[in-house]
Amino acid sequence: MKFFEDIAVGERHELGSRTFTAEAIKAFARRYDPQAFHLDEEAAARSPFGALCASGWHTASAWMGLMVRYQRRADDERRARGEPVAELGPSPGFRDLKWLKPVYAGDTVSYAMEVVDKRPSGSRPNWGLITIRNTGVNQKGEPVISFDSVAFVERRERAA
Amino acid sequence: MPQLYWEDFTPGRVFEHGPHRVPRAEMIEFAAEFDPQPFHLDEEAARATMFGGLAASGWYSCSVLMRMMADAFVLDAASMGAPGVEEVKWLAPIRPDDELHMRASVMEARASRSRPDMGFARIRYELFNGAGELVMTLVSSLMIGRRGAAGGAA
Repeated sequence: MKFFEDIAVGERHELGSRTFTAEAIKAFARRYDPQAFHLDEEAAARSPFGALCASGWHTASAWMGLMVRYQRRADDERRARGEPVAELGPSPGFRDLKWLKPVYAGDTVSYAMEVVDKRPSGSRPNWGLITIRNTGVNQKGEPVISFDSVAFVERRERAA
Repeated sequence: MPQLYWEDFTPGRVFEHGPHRVPRAEMIEFAAEFDPQPFHLDEEAARATMFGGLAASGWYSCSVLMRMMADAFVLDAASMGAPGVEEVKWLAPIRPDDELHMRASVMEARASRSRPDMGFARIRYELFNGAGELVMTLVSSLMIGRRGAAGGAA
């Protein structure tokens, strides 16, 4: 992760994409979201969604998986250049999560993040808080998910 | 057939569910796929972080809360899914093998203007750990079929 001071409001990162197979959709749903339209093709065909689709939590969790791996690759490159690497801390939460369209079996979602705000942490002087807008679009270019999350990022200038 | 329709989600109604155990192996398996940060994967590495020990990924917590909602009432309801989530707050770490309890309180119910066969219920969820501490809150609206409407239920 970049240090808090080096992060600019407006910077955008393409995080990569993930294909949601019917098998993965059902495996996630069996454990965490066993509604019929996430589990069974025939029941899904009769549902308001019209076909098997991923749990919204599956679509959202996949964003996190790609974000963490993207930052890890960037950190590896920083280390290879001999640059220091900042720590990404915990997140207090997120808001305005919208599942804009169903993610159907076979869909590929490409995810991105954009920094929309940054501020020093009032309670933890070694950390700053960034707000990021996270989005996913399917293979047709249609937005399927969007949310704004907050995360702690380490500061370069540590308080004594 | 669904037991619960939009008309049953009256403001003030509370659904409780628990205990729901979050096994260490499941927490780590989830993190390995969806949130592979050291403090979600490895006890030793987690000790040196702000978490002070292995903690569940917030996305695992959301997914577990979804499962608890499903078991508490969603699977019995004429659920048509949810358009999104207004807000999630991760207030305290969820630890391996803890037993969680959920309280879901209906805050508001409104009929859909465009879809006479359904309505929205705005619900606040609170998730407590085994010691009774509030670890997470979530506010979200559920789309639910109306009683007597054709179709509606999945």
